[in-house]
This record gives sequence, C-alpha cells and structure tokens, in this order.
Amino acid sequence: MKKTLATLGLALMIALPLSAGATPKQDQEEFQKYFMERFPNTPFEDFVNGVYSIDAASREQWMEIEEFAPYELNITKGEELFNKPFANGKTYASCFENGGIGIRQNYPYFDTKRGEVITLELAINECRTANGEKALGWKKGAIADISAYMAYTSRGNIFDIEIPDDPRALAAYDRGKKHFYQKRGQLNMACADCHKFYAGNLIRADLLSPALGQLTHFPVYRSKWGGLGTTHRRYAGCNEQVRAKPFPAQGEEYRDLEFFHTYMSNGLAVNGPGARK
Amino acid sequence: MNLIRRKFVKTTAFLSLGATLAGSGLLIPQRALGAYATDAFAARDVEGAVSGSLGSSSYSASDAVTLKAPDIAENGAVVPVTVSSTMGNVDAISIIAASNPGPLTSTYQLSSACEPFVSTRIKMAKTGDVIAIVKANGKLYSATKEVKVTIGGCGG
Amino acid sequence: MATLKIRAKEQDGVTTVKTLISHPMESGQRKDSKTGKLIPGHYVTELTAEHNGKQVMSANWGGGISKNPYLSFKFKGAAAGDSIKISWVDNMGKSDSAEAEIK
Repeated sequence: MKKTLATLGLALMIALPLSAGATPKQDQEEFQKYFMERFPNTPFEDFVNGVYSIDAASREQWMEIEEFAPYELNITKGEELFNKPFANGKTYASCFENGGIGIRQNYPYFDTKRGEVITLELAINECRTANGEKALGWKKGAIADISAYMAYTSRGNIFDIEIPDDPRALAAYDRGKKHFYQKRGQLNMACADCHKFYAGNLIRADLLSPALGQLTHFPVYRSKWGGLGTTHRRYAGCNEQVRAKPFPAQGEEYRDLEFFHTYMSNGLAVNGPGARK
Repeated sequence: MNLIRRKFVKTTAFLSLGATLAGSGLLIPQRALGAYATDAFAARDVEGAVSGSLGSSSYSASDAVTLKAPDIAENGAVVPVTVSSTMGNVDAISIIAASNPGPLTSTYQLSSACEPFVSTRIKMAKTGDVIAIVKANGKLYSATKEVKVTIGGCGG
Repeated sequence: MATLKIRAKEQDGVTTVKTLISHPMESGQRKDSKTGKLIPGHYVTELTAEHNGKQVMSANWGGGISKNPYLSFKFKGAAAGDSIKISWVDNMGKSDSAEAEIK
C-alpha cells in the first residue's frame, strides 16, 4: 500500500507539471517506464491488449470472442468498400502510400505543409471529397469499416510516430498532452486519472485499461456498442462519461490528443481492429 | 405458424417423435427442422423453457455434462457459453439463462453425426444461473453455473 | 455482402464448424432511448447445417442470443474438401445461406 502510494506520488510529481523542459521523447520514456513498473508481469508488447494484458479472467472471455470476432464482418465489409471505385473511377488506393495497405502505423502524423495533425479517418474522408464523393460520418459505419480493413492489413507493424522539428508540431503535441492530463467535466477527472494513475484499478466492476497501447487496437468493436467505432467516437464517449461536453470528432482537440496518445505508444504494434467490452 | 402446427408442437409425444426422426435424418428439412419452438421461447420460467424445447421438465444434474461460462461476464450482452458432454446418443441441447425474461436462449437438434457440443454467445439481463440441458436416450441431464453480470463503471 | 462467415476444419474424423452471422438479433425488449418505444424484435429463429445435402444440425434461436451471433458445433463423417452449408431464417422472413469448404 505504502509502495503504491509512493509510486503514485512520484508519478504525479513527474507527470503533473506540463514540465517545461521535458522533451516529447523524455515524456514517452517516463510514460512507458511508469506502466512497465506498475505492471511488472506484463511484457511490453502485450500492452496492446489493454485490460486483457493485466487480468486473466477477462482475458479468457476475450480469447473466446477472438475465436471468431464480430469485427471480422467489418473487415470484410471494409475491404469491399476500400476496393470499390468512386464515381470518377479512382479508388482509395490512389490517395495513400503503398495503395493504402500496411500503413496504419504511420497515423496520425503532423503535416508540416498544412500545419496540422492528420489522422487516418481524416485522410480517408479527404480522399473521398477530393474525388467528388460525400464525406462519411466520423464515428461509426463505413468509415470505421474502411479503417478496420486498413488497420487489419497493418497488423504487426510497429508505431513510430514522429514529431517533426517544427514549433507547430510541438505545439500540437503539447495541446494533446495537456488534454490528457487536464481534469474536466462534472466528475472533474482527467484521462490520466483513470488510465494512468488508476490503471488496473476498478471503477464499479470495470477494470481501467492502461493508456499505453490504448490506440493500437482501434477501430474497436465494443460489446457495449454492438458494433465498430473509431478513436474519436471513444474520445467523445469518455468525455461524456466524466460529464464533460465532448469535442467534435476530427476537430483539432481530438486530433492533437490522438497525436500525443499514439506517440506515447511508439514501439508497440498495430493490432486493430480490436474487440473489447 | 398455424394453429394445427402449434398443437403439434405442444404434444410431448409428437415432439419426441420429431426429435427421433430428425436424428435419423428421415425428416427432409430444406431449411428449418419442423416447427419453431415458439412456446418454449415464450415461456417466462425455466420449467416452460425446458419442457417446451426438450419435451419434459424433469432433468437431473450430471457430471457427464460440462458447461463453460465465465464467473463474471465482462459484458452481459455477449457471454460466451460452451456445452459439451461425454454421453452418447445426445440428440438435443438447450441453453437456459434463468434470470432472463425469456429463459430459453436457444435449443439445438443434433443428428447422429453430431458430437455433443455446442458453443455460442448469449445475452444475460442480470446475474443468474446458466443451465445447459442435454437430451440423451429420452432423458435430460444438466450442468448449471452462476454467471455474475455487473454494472460497469465507465458510464454503464 | 454475405451475412455468414464460416470456418470448418476436419481433424481425426471430427469436423469443427464455426460460423459468425451479421444480424441485429434485436430481442424485442429493448426500448428506443429517444422515443421510449420498444424496438421490434428482429432475430434469427432457425439455423440449419447441411453436409452433402443431409441435415446435420439445426438450431432454434431466440432474442437471447447475442448480436452478430456466433455458433460452433462438431460432427463426424465429413472429409477435408467436402463442403458444409449453413442457412438461417429470421422472424421477419429474411434468410441467407453460405457454403464453405472443410479444410
């Protein structure tokens, strides 16, 4: 108990000041070291499995679902959608590096020409509108299916998000980091409260998943949703759960958060789409 | 489903006959096997669910029936359940969630080619017993497990 | 898109079949959070499996089976290269079927 408190205290001291002087690389090292120490029995690469990497009982149920996971239906659908040409004859492949196959680990990235963070879902919709098609909804449905297919073709690829040597990129990263550690909502809780400082603890009967590796399995099929959803769908849900007003999907706030959040998990492998409760 | 078929299903004798014919492969179902067990699914109690689907409400616990289900369901909407048995001549299996408004989740008619094994995912409204009932040689044998269904903390 | 995915594998004379079906499996007991009205039941009622034209297994399902339902069963008498056919019907009269090669 004392050791836990001491560790928490130490963690708070390190993490709380949006430390002037700490580089993103230092943040990332501290972040990963924190989780490795907090869950010493979990090998680094297993953090991609969230709560299933730290709880045997739920892992067993998850393995049963993985036998034939519902997201397989979404992957098939996503593949069909991905390969279907637009009205102008072009396909999604024309918008992406390597034809859109095996590239999930490159997102999100900071586009120095445009001065903003580009996520995979943003790129998918921009591909559509550039080719005369209507944009898809951001949180579920077709965009999630396409994202699931693209993630699936990238399974096993290692995330290595870069922060270009550009003050705007650093600013985006800092905004994302700030969101992560900032308390919000009527419940006055930060992402870090549940997913860093209290990761592995219970809130009612839910086990809190570690933030390390969290985004590697998106988009995610949640039993709760009975369907597939994107990262920003979950971000909005989390904000609502602490009774904070959610930000718009694919707006600057969530893209910056996704940038920081993914960067923290560099070194881990793509394993989307995932199945979770 | 018309009234005549409904009465057909209700009569135990005919249900057993149906099961036997099905087992021998003599019934020629192109899609469905005989009548849908409407009454069994409509039953609001375990007894009705069992008798409606397997022809009798009398069953006894047996070590020869194995039921795999989680102690605490991660999510009540998707609870993985697997039923297996070491018995021979198993021609039907029913899976019951005692605390559901309609306890019968599903019932399976197995031909003689089938192994006594079935695995699926059920919904559970709340904590309760999951009962697997296996029909072999005209008798019913069961395995029961309590599965806890909890309220999540992440906003339910 | 076909609503069924099937995997069938034969080993030591026993074929294990796993199927995943895209279906809402609406029980009829859920309320629409916006209108407060009950969402009508829409679920697969019967599922059958055929091998070489002969029915091997049939299932009766109710609204108590999970959304995007999964089923696994095992049977003897098939060989790798044979095909297994799975068909479903729901309470609204919709249906679909698919075949898969036993590996």
